[in-house]
Amino acid sequence: MELLHRAAHVMDLLATPLSPSHYLELVNPLWSGRRLCARIESARDETEDARTLTLRPSRGFRVPRAGQHVRVGVVIAGRQMTRTYSISSSPDRLRKDGCFTITVKTFEGARVSHFLVRDARSGTMLSIGQPEGDFCLPDAAPARLLFITAGSGITPVMSMLRTFASRGAMPDAVHIHYARHSDDVIFRDELRRTAMIYTRRLHPLQETAPKAHFTAEQLDERCPDWRARDVWACGPQGLLDALTAHFARAGRASSLHIERFAAPLLAIPDGPHESARGGAVHFRKSGLQTRTDGRKVLLRVAEDAGIDAPHGCRMGVCHTCDATLLSGCARDLRTGHEINEPGARVQLCVSAAAGNLELDL
Amino acid sequence: MNLHKDEIETIGRELDALEREIHASLGDRDRRYILRIIAIQRTLSLVSRLVIFASIAFLPRWGHALSGWLPFFTVLAAGTLGLGVAKILENMEIGHNVMHGQWDWMRDPEIHSSTWEWDNVCPADQWKHSHNFVHHTWTNVLGKDRDIGYEIMRVTPEQPWRPVYLLQPVFNLLLALLFEWGVALHDIDIQAISRRRGLLPEDRRRLLGVAKKAARQGAKDYVLWPLLAGPFFFWVLGANAVANLLRNVWAYMIIFCGHFPEGVHVFTEEQVRGETRGGWYVRQVLGSCNIEGGKPFHLMSGNLSHQIEHHLFPDIPSHRYPEIAPRVRALCARYGIPYNSGSLSRQFGTTTAKILRLSLPTSRGAATTILG
Repeated sequence: MELLHRAAHVMDLLATPLSPSHYLELVNPLWSGRRLCARIESARDETEDARTLTLRPSRGFRVPRAGQHVRVGVVIAGRQMTRTYSISSSPDRLRKDGCFTITVKTFEGARVSHFLVRDARSGTMLSIGQPEGDFCLPDAAPARLLFITAGSGITPVMSMLRTFASRGAMPDAVHIHYARHSDDVIFRDELRRTAMIYTRRLHPLQETAPKAHFTAEQLDERCPDWRARDVWACGPQGLLDALTAHFARAGRASSLHIERFAAPLLAIPDGPHESARGGAVHFRKSGLQTRTDGRKVLLRVAEDAGIDAPHGCRMGVCHTCDATLLSGCARDLRTGHEINEPGARVQLCVSAAAGNLELDL
Repeated sequence: MNLHKDEIETIGRELDALEREIHASLGDRDRRYILRIIAIQRTLSLVSRLVIFASIAFLPRWGHALSGWLPFFTVLAAGTLGLGVAKILENMEIGHNVMHGQWDWMRDPEIHSSTWEWDNVCPADQWKHSHNFVHHTWTNVLGKDRDIGYEIMRVTPEQPWRPVYLLQPVFNLLLALLFEWGVALHDIDIQAISRRRGLLPEDRRRLLGVAKKAARQGAKDYVLWPLLAGPFFFWVLGANAVANLLRNVWAYMIIFCGHFPEGVHVFTEEQVRGETRGGWYVRQVLGSCNIEGGKPFHLMSGNLSHQIEHHLFPDIPSHRYPEIAPRVRALCARYGIPYNSGSLSRQFGTTTAKILRLSLPTSRGAATTILG
């Protein structure tokens, strides 16, 4: 092992200031040992506006846990843009043929999702991150489960259900899904098939009425024993907020596990309230100065000032956009904590100005 | 130069508009260009190193049909030249320009000014300070821009003569041969150190940075790759040294042609005080010189042959300079601003003649004034 380590060190020196991997990538980008990327192997339309992409990741990609997500970077008009997507395949798939899938639903104004659904072809290279996130089932899955999903929130749950199915160990599970229309239900046929195989365990997909929203009565009706189940829910902010409130009232908050698609940011009140104040932002390296309020995330402030700041997930996960605070005060909008230590790293995508500040950007 | 204040502001607005226009048009085509150049450069550097090794098979001692000194040196020279070209491309069209932030708009962390490290003994962070900040902000301002003669040479009559400049022809030759070292030590204010007779912690940090980088660079070219050749160690070492030398001399020539040819202007701090954006633009034009040539020449110069355009817009991707040069030139003609452009032999010839002439005590000239 020690010898291998030394050999790797010598190889690095031979390639300095690059690494041997830079040269391997010339032949096949998937051989890269230093940055993760993936090639689109195939694309399959799920619904009118959702598509499943089969991705072959480069070496070094960790086997995900069912329910985790990955950062995916695409190049649009020469510019790299990154978003986070849940993995929809079972981790067993990666072990079997070295691939995993993401299922992307596009919507108005979503540039990255639109690119992945409409423009990406097999052969397109994407940059990716390691699987992340703790929206996962524990190793010993609870005996009775309830999944509540809406829209593309079905994807991480699909990964879980596929994992149960591929291992032939389906727990007692109920799945309630919200969709605008029956045709909009991603994986509908597969879910129905799976439910037919596991008739005694997996209850047929509970499709709600079109455009329905979560209500307590509906939950009682669709899954009368919900208080006895561990719940995994994924979907838009509104659904998750309603669920969180409902489960808290019922004293079942600890049994509810949720996955959000965006960092839940604190609502900073309007007006003269002290915490609403923004200030002057000085980007030292770029030599730019601008003013902002106390709500707009600093990444957007930088971008609006014309700075092409590197960034990744835009939800406070990946730390690609971190910048050093030189002076002043920023606020982490997820926690409300003020960051005022010069030299501290600020996650620009989830932080705003709290007074004047200066960033090393 | 007699430009009216309003004219200078109009020039500033026109050039700002040109910059915005180019920035807005950047896209996939530009990304493909830099990715292709990077791939070509890496392939060329690896293949050239292998060709250098392959030359060993042609040594006369093997006594086969193709062996002999002529085939050996031909193959060795081809490999060496290839490696030299690869290093030039890496330093000039890729490294210099990436570190300027010309490709930051792609938001690709791989090709970004904050992460790039180049094949040169000068550490990237020090280069970005001495070059991007000091030189590009204070272009040709006496006492501010340390690129004026690199603190060891008199390249303009406005610099007062000192006896040490009698040795300038020798310094000039040494700087050409050891150019990357000149660049590496450039961020260290040697004059201030000699005045203080001591190193500040800041100087120590910089020197340590250069030493670390140089150790890695040296280990690569002068120890590890030669060791792979076993008994033929010195042939490979020699080839690598010549490749580095080729890069040094070429970079020296291109860079000296950027700001020292006959007709270039220098300024005093007094003159640039309170300078507007328009005034800054005019100073960049007056203080820079272009070199004319074909497409391959521009590529090999990292498009620093378009020094004027580079100084106006240091963060526009370099391969766009050729298309904006005629527009800048036309604008200069309209306002009667001299646009210093000439062949490599003219620009390098007048630079060298000036360096030789200024080593002798000549009278001091007057710095240029933009505002009449």
